[in-house]
Amino acid sequence: MSVLVNKDTRLVVQGITGTEGGFHTQQMIEYGTNVVAGVTPGKGGQMFMDSVPVFDTVKDAVKIAKANASVIFVPPAFAADAIMEAADAGIELVVCITEGIPTLDMVDVHEFLSKRPKTTLIGPNCPGVITPGIAKIGIMPGFIHKPGKIGIISRSGTLTYEAVHQLGNAGFGQSTAIGIGGDPIIGTKHIDAVKLLNEDPETEAIVLIGEIGGSDEETAAAYIADNVKKPVVAFIAGQTAPEGKRMGHAGAIIAGGKGTAAEKMKALAEAGIHVVKSPADIGNKMKEVLG
Amino acid sequence: MKIHEYQAKEILKSYGVPVPQGKVAFSVKEAEQAAQEIGLPVVVKAQIHAGGRGKGGGVKFAPTAQDVSQYASDILGMTLITHQTGPEGRLVKKVWIEEASNIKHEYYAGIVLDRATSKVTFMVSTEGGMEIEKVAEETPEKIIKVGVDASVGLQAFQAREMAFALGLSGAAFKNAVKFFLALYKAYMGTDASLFEINPLVVTQEGDVIALDAKADFDNNAMYRQKTLTPLRDLDEEEPLEIEAGQSGLNYIKLDGNIGCMVNGAGLAMGTMDIIKLTGGEPANFLDVGGSASAETVEQGFRIILSDKNVKAVLINIFGGIVRCDRVANGVIQAIKNINTQVPIVVRLQGTNAEEGKKLLEESGMNIIAATELKDSAEKVVATLGQTVGK
Repeated sequence: MSVLVNKDTRLVVQGITGTEGGFHTQQMIEYGTNVVAGVTPGKGGQMFMDSVPVFDTVKDAVKIAKANASVIFVPPAFAADAIMEAADAGIELVVCITEGIPTLDMVDVHEFLSKRPKTTLIGPNCPGVITPGIAKIGIMPGFIHKPGKIGIISRSGTLTYEAVHQLGNAGFGQSTAIGIGGDPIIGTKHIDAVKLLNEDPETEAIVLIGEIGGSDEETAAAYIADNVKKPVVAFIAGQTAPEGKRMGHAGAIIAGGKGTAAEKMKALAEAGIHVVKSPADIGNKMKEVLG
Repeated sequence: MKIHEYQAKEILKSYGVPVPQGKVAFSVKEAEQAAQEIGLPVVVKAQIHAGGRGKGGGVKFAPTAQDVSQYASDILGMTLITHQTGPEGRLVKKVWIEEASNIKHEYYAGIVLDRATSKVTFMVSTEGGMEIEKVAEETPEKIIKVGVDASVGLQAFQAREMAFALGLSGAAFKNAVKFFLALYKAYMGTDASLFEINPLVVTQEGDVIALDAKADFDNNAMYRQKTLTPLRDLDEEEPLEIEAGQSGLNYIKLDGNIGCMVNGAGLAMGTMDIIKLTGGEPANFLDVGGSASAETVEQGFRIILSDKNVKAVLINIFGGIVRCDRVANGVIQAIKNINTQVPIVVRLQGTNAEEGKKLLEESGMNIIAATELKDSAEKVVATLGQTVGK
């Protein structure tokens, strides 16, 4: 078992004929992901790498190629539309890699998805989801991961790779690593990802990586305190970030004194979560906790 | 993107939100002229991108022409220090001359994105003129929040709900409802991330007007908000941050002396954090992006080293799709081109990390190679002879 991505995943790549989309489609196929279709409006009928059929619409990809998951590589101005198209076609898992989508577009997407509960959105502005050894949907380097029992949830890409690397050094593999994204509005928040991993029998412990901005980590902490018995190790990035500045991610900002790392670390620690101050201690802490 | 009060008021006016009549002035002479056109008394208001201007002496009531000249000459060219500018303050280069309003009562109105609900959210309060963060902390029940349904937008009943909550009646009530609906249109029409009217005032005559206006816009939406682009005031931004932005780099200047260059925003923040935990002080945040090409690395170096406080640099690249041997070559090339003397610690991890490390070591350059995060932070702090904490 694993969450979100498994051997039954049949992936459609929205934006497959673009540079990014094309490159990562190749990478995903090499990793073992079952890419069954691509979508680029107006390019339906073409073949990608002589093996993946390209359709004009996601509906066609669902109907003809039986796609059940989608990954989005389209430019920011068109990405919200792409998410809604996938949801409307009945795709169950939509992973949006695109960075830079206008916030008000995502407000509309959020409203649209609230009426389509069958669809789970991961991202936007995220590296994607990987179940090591089985499949990956996204842009993360597959080879650094290995199958195992730790689930990872993170708002950041390379910081996730760092955590994976440290877990590897400590002798742990991953069940599923979920990059939830760095934007202010994301489809799957920490709490949602925690619920998924908590219910997954193959996940024995969870690494939760947060950062400044918003209060999603606090919300997840409250849920964990009441519902999660699996050990959780957490790190919050941005302990040294100044107020009022966006730290790279659109969602990483301390506003009006709210959303600080200190607040989040306190809430997490009070929920019984093993909070590490240093990003270099994630792997060791997990080793210590699991014995 | 932030803009000035006078610019925000011009936008509001174009959406039918009532604002006091006013004019921007860049000199005492222009201020005098503006006051004459508007008619006395007026208010002279410093225009900088920071709140708390009144307390800092940047907002003055001027009943006479003499007062206008006096206050305009006091405020123009002053370094205004408020709780939002930091101790160094901000140089005032323009003032807004505005007709004085006949205030009966002050309120608060604001529109933001509520991240917890993912909805555009309207907020009003009877506690006008106060810092809203303080009100939220001390008397949260005095803030009325209305979440907007994205499929239909702000409805009249919601605007009425807010006007009633403020205790308004008669003409003031009707005007407030219109005001809220217009303010919402302005927010949505400009891809704003914040509109704050503090204070929102009801005048003796029952008019409802925006006495102050603060606005912030979504940078991701600038491609479709071309009319906002010219409103950007580069004087209000850190020069190095402007330069970095022009090369597509995400750089934020801090007060420390260890420059850092990292791929990915989360890891960049984490690297700053570990520098601090190791006993050093980060000089900046810099995300060079996923690819970390030779060009971006070189440009990143130039920007980091333009900050004269920087005494050492830590490069932390987690190679995923990008191979570390390529990054190493980029780093070597960049250092050759830049010819700097500061110690440089390079940590490469991920794809082809060993090959990358070997290239750095064999380059004959003064580069300290590291493989783990902890080790890299300790090495860079040690170059400064500072205490290495745990």
